[in-house]
Amino acid sequence: MSDTAKNGLSRYITAKDVKRSAIMAVWFMFLTFPIMVIKVNTVTDTVEWRWFNMLIIGVASFILSHVWKLMIDRREGRMADAVSSSVIVEKKTLRDRMEEKPMIKKVGSLVILVIAVLFPIVTGMYQTSIMITALLYVVLALGLNIIVGLGGLLVLGYIVFYGVGAYTYALLNYHFGLNFWLALPLGGIFAMIIGILIAIPVLRLRGDYLAIVTLAFGEIFRIVMENWNGLSFGPSGIANIPRPTLFGLDFSIQQSTTLTYYVIVIFVIITIFIVRRLEDSRLGRAWVAMREDEIAGEAMGIDMWKTKLAAFALSTFWAGVAGVIFAGKTTFINPASFTMWESILVLCMVVLGGMGSIPGVISGALIITLLPEYLRAFSELRMLIFGAVLVLVMVFKPEGMIPAIRQKYEFKGITGNKNKGDK
Amino acid sequence: MLKIEKLETYYGNIQALKGIDIEVSEGEIVTLIGANGAGKTTTLMSISGVVPPRSGKILLNGEDITGKAPDEIVPMGLIQVPEGRRIFPDLTVSENLDMGAFLRKDDAQIKRDVEYVFELFPILSERRNQRGGTLSGGEQQMLAISRALMAKPRILLLDEPSLGLAPIIVQQIFDIVKKINEEQKTTVFLVEQNANLALKTAHKGYVMETGRITMADTCENLLKNDEVQKAYLGM
Repeated sequence: MSDTAKNGLSRYITAKDVKRSAIMAVWFMFLTFPIMVIKVNTVTDTVEWRWFNMLIIGVASFILSHVWKLMIDRREGRMADAVSSSVIVEKKTLRDRMEEKPMIKKVGSLVILVIAVLFPIVTGMYQTSIMITALLYVVLALGLNIIVGLGGLLVLGYIVFYGVGAYTYALLNYHFGLNFWLALPLGGIFAMIIGILIAIPVLRLRGDYLAIVTLAFGEIFRIVMENWNGLSFGPSGIANIPRPTLFGLDFSIQQSTTLTYYVIVIFVIITIFIVRRLEDSRLGRAWVAMREDEIAGEAMGIDMWKTKLAAFALSTFWAGVAGVIFAGKTTFINPASFTMWESILVLCMVVLGGMGSIPGVISGALIITLLPEYLRAFSELRMLIFGAVLVLVMVFKPEGMIPAIRQKYEFKGITGNKNKGDK
Repeated sequence: MLKIEKLETYYGNIQALKGIDIEVSEGEIVTLIGANGAGKTTTLMSISGVVPPRSGKILLNGEDITGKAPDEIVPMGLIQVPEGRRIFPDLTVSENLDMGAFLRKDDAQIKRDVEYVFELFPILSERRNQRGGTLSGGEQQMLAISRALMAKPRILLLDEPSLGLAPIIVQQIFDIVKKINEEQKTTVFLVEQNANLALKTAHKGYVMETGRITMADTCENLLKNDEVQKAYLGM
């Protein structure tokens, strides 16, 4: 770091900070000692001691710890300002401007749509294939968002329903030759039925307990699929699942990939539309009540049982349909695609993007799927970068990258009060 | 209006209510007073269906509502304001009120009711766009009562509205409860620890001790009663 930058920071830095950062630097040097300093040369059977690396780590963590402290201070300062003064300086974000001028929103949506339509034509099959995967996760994240973001129920085994959808298509096709288009709704319905069956015993639980039980169901599904050879062909999985085609025509791999892409794009649009409508519906309001305070909601005469079940049923339906598309895309499925890690990844997308916020969840899903993909160049570091991004977002934007719009109402409300001369 | 016969409620093996009888007539304010752990809240929870009773009967306008789910009881006009207020902290005051009218579909009347509630509690009108969680304790209690009113109750169950509030706010809230009772002809069943104020507000009172009703009389008589004075009024 240059001297000028240091001078700019100097007024924030006290002796205490320097001491803290020094301790931090030592701690990091200690932590990274085994991997950064010691190197065993297996050819000559000697140990290299790379002390210079330790120095770099020390200096880097010393500086970074100051930057970190500064950023935390600034964030807290901003929060304190917002709380202490009733005057809230509202920064005009892109979203505010979008809300003021619906034109921008319309044009923006149109641009995104045009890009989405042209994407497979402009780019190659490889990129299209990556985008299909990303959009599948968008659908999954939007589906999980119904339970977690809108309903406030922490569900960890969500990928089960994705798996049910995928296996529905694979098995129905294997045994009865069912085509992709018929399997699409069936996969959703099947996942929904399984979802409701699991939900009935599970929904008596709340919070952590619900999370643990759904996590267990996720593992049960995977283990059953791995061992029940008669049904699922075990770990060897089901291969040669046909790609989607149209009107019984023979499609090349490229053509069906493009078709799959358009199917998922249309499906994403439908999903966004329906989730948006759900949010504004009575059911959406019941979900809000459930998320906020279940007992109070019950006292308002809301049938919590039905509300929860509806959240589960709708959410799992989406996962099922996405599963069918997944099976059609990869043409091969086995239980390894439906591990706990996948469930957690989808949950990360929802939390990182902003629970309950559709644009947030979509961008969360895109970032989490595309970031590691495009970071392949730094293949060794990509999981590290990925982890760092997660931590940074959670520290600096704990409500997610694009928080739910509800928060927005409140800020307007407070400034609205001020205008009316309150306080 | 509301009649409770030999009600017994258990939490697991522990009997919280040991056969209680209460009667609330139309247009009355009836209060149930008693010490901590006497079973007051359990009584309310049993009535509103949150904790199903094991035996006994609860009749609302002659209809048996024992063991019915809350979402079946609320449309019948029995609304509970739960203990500890339980407003929706992340929703604004207006949205909270809107939630209270969840089961209603008569939008025009809902709007008028919101105005009425804002007349009762002008402070809520000022704070209508503020988040519920940022209100003071007293304002939250007002909001909780208002939210219950939005459901058009014929009988309103209040669980310790004085809990954790400054005496002056408590007085204000009790005055409003009286006003609601007079203006809207809403029957009120009030559970309270603040025996003095409760007995002064209500028409009829029940005294509860360890799961049993030990005394039932008009509030005037209870206020004069030696035992009540000693045990609950600190005289």
